[in-house]
Amino acid sequence: MITVDKLSKTFTLHILNEKRIAACSDISFSVPPGGFLGLSGPSGAGKSTVLKCLYRTYLSTSGAIHYNSAAYGRVDLATLPDRAVIDIRDREMGYVSQFLKVIPRVSALDVIMEPILARNGVSRDAARERAIGLLERLRIPSHLFDAYPATFSGGEQQRINIARAVGWKPRLLLLDEPTASLDRDSVGVVLEILKELREEGTTMIGIFHDTALLASVTDSVYHVC
Amino acid sequence: MEPLIRIRNLSKRFGQGCSRCRDATGQEQDTNLCPHCGSVMACNDVSFDLFRNEALGVVGESGSGKSTLVRLLHFEWEASEGAVEMHRSAGLENLPEIFATGSDYSFNLLGLSHFQKRQLRNALMGIVYQNPHLGLRMQISSGGNIAERLLGAGWRHIGKMRRRSAELLERTEIPVERMDEPPCNFSGGMQQRVQIAKALSNNPLILFLDEVTTGLDLSVQARVLDLIRNLRSEFNLSMLVVSHDLGVINLLCQRTMVMKSGHVVESGLTDQILQDPQHRYTQLLVASQL
Ligand SMILES: Nc1ncnc2c1ncn2[C@@H]1O[C@H](COP(=O)(O)OP(=O)(O)OP(=O)(O)O)[C@@H](O)[C@H]1O
Ligand SMILES: Nc1ncnc2c1ncn2[C@@H]1O[C@H](COP(=O)(O)OP(=O)(O)OP(=O)(O)O)[C@@H](O)[C@H]1O
Ligand SMILES: [Mg+2]
Ligand SMILES: [Mg+2]
Ligand SMILES: [Zn+2]
Repeated sequence: MITVDKLSKTFTLHILNEKRIAACSDISFSVPPGGFLGLSGPSGAGKSTVLKCLYRTYLSTSGAIHYNSAAYGRVDLATLPDRAVIDIRDREMGYVSQFLKVIPRVSALDVIMEPILARNGVSRDAARERAIGLLERLRIPSHLFDAYPATFSGGEQQRINIARAVGWKPRLLLLDEPTASLDRDSVGVVLEILKELREEGTTMIGIFHDTALLASVTDSVYHVC
Repeated sequence: MEPLIRIRNLSKRFGQGCSRCRDATGQEQDTNLCPHCGSVMACNDVSFDLFRNEALGVVGESGSGKSTLVRLLHFEWEASEGAVEMHRSAGLENLPEIFATGSDYSFNLLGLSHFQKRQLRNALMGIVYQNPHLGLRMQISSGGNIAERLLGAGWRHIGKMRRRSAELLERTEIPVERMDEPPCNFSGGMQQRVQIAKALSNNPLILFLDEVTTGLDLSVQARVLDLIRNLRSEFNLSMLVVSHDLGVINLLCQRTMVMKSGHVVESGLTDQILQDPQHRYTQLLVASQL
């Protein structure tokens, strides 16, 4: 499904005297369809950088990211034209960041419904039902459904973030410490939701700082160093 | 997926020009002013695609050529050089002569007559200026401002025009009972919303937004931005969003171009431009705003 070949990312900071930061280098791994690869490694090793290169938030410095796209066939996400990357993000690739990127003045329910409506071609009622189902499972109090996530607690925001990313059932899901700010019970629910998503065929690549958790949810681990 | 419009090597020079204008200006020289002849290269060799239903951001320092780019594409100013080609799917039934048989793209639109350009603009484009005085006639009623635009697009029935105006003003959150008041009675945010209503009146495919929220109070800005965000999906608009505010661009645009001294120095996905800017100038811009 996705094969990363000798991926490296070096930042060149022109405004800091051309300072160069090697964020990750020579990363190679492969994930089969429906697989779940974990990324491990010490802080600063470049785990988040790898995911951001896959999602094209970062431009890779060298190497290739071969992805078997449903819409485009085999592509290299490192060099694919911007417009096609946007299209792939819209149709098949999801990303959960460690923190919610809040969209101002959009209610929690709408934050989750929006991608479902845009991407799954379902009715408003069906999208609403799915979104409410997720919010309830993630134990978001119902009086918050219509409130703006900007004012939510860190853990609540993170659960909204996860619900938004999984609600539309992407084909490939990138997870950057999705459970970092959650309590044990919420972590359990999130893992259960991820498991169901995998059963429906979603391929995943994830970073979890909890090594026991990493080992229990993924089916292989790549060590970034 | 094919672009709705292709823009190639677009340039705008103010002044008589000389053989050295091009090499003597640009990002490295850090100026758009030719030292040899005193001409200004306001836009220099700009190429990009605009797709259906996307919002493309344009950022850059003051004087970098953002508004010039908009004026050229809106056919207000004559380009010095370059090509603008429109995809057939834009549906220009009343201008069949601009397409060669068998070609998906039009001839260079910059070569059309003034009359054809006006037709094209009325059929496809809408614009919202930073300064509402440029986009609205301040002394005639808000409804009248919209009706005037509808007249330009070929509408003739007074009652229908009035209904359409009311509908658009309502959509842009202007109380309909105020449609007979002139925009000079309105607040800045309301004037921008009347401009937006006017820009949408002909059901454009392409909307140009030039610093639409600059100078507005934060809360008023927020309402205008929310409105624009909702309208894009509702009307399937392609938008060119000019702003020096990276927050505005981040909120509205999937892709972004960065301009400096008349050139596009960098373009990419908006989150990439903000989190992994490549060009020295973009790094400076991002570092100074975030
Ligand atoms: N946008 C950026 N600009 C400059 N340097 C960056 C950028 N993003 C990451 N880096 C640098 O790249 C290196 C790897 O960072 P990254 O965030 O990928 O690490 P990580 O393995 O995810 O660490 P953690 O476990 O702490 O999240 C770090 O030295 C970081 O400072
Ligand atoms: N009529 C004109 N004659 C000469 N120079 C002009 C004319 N109009 C614009 N310019 C110059 O062209 C350059 C680009 O101007 P433009 O208005 O496109 O900048 P901008 O990027 O929109 O800036 P801002 O962010 O301040 O609105 C500027 O140097 C400007 O002085
Ligand atoms: Mg990280
Ligand atoms: Mg301007
Ligand atoms: Zn010159």
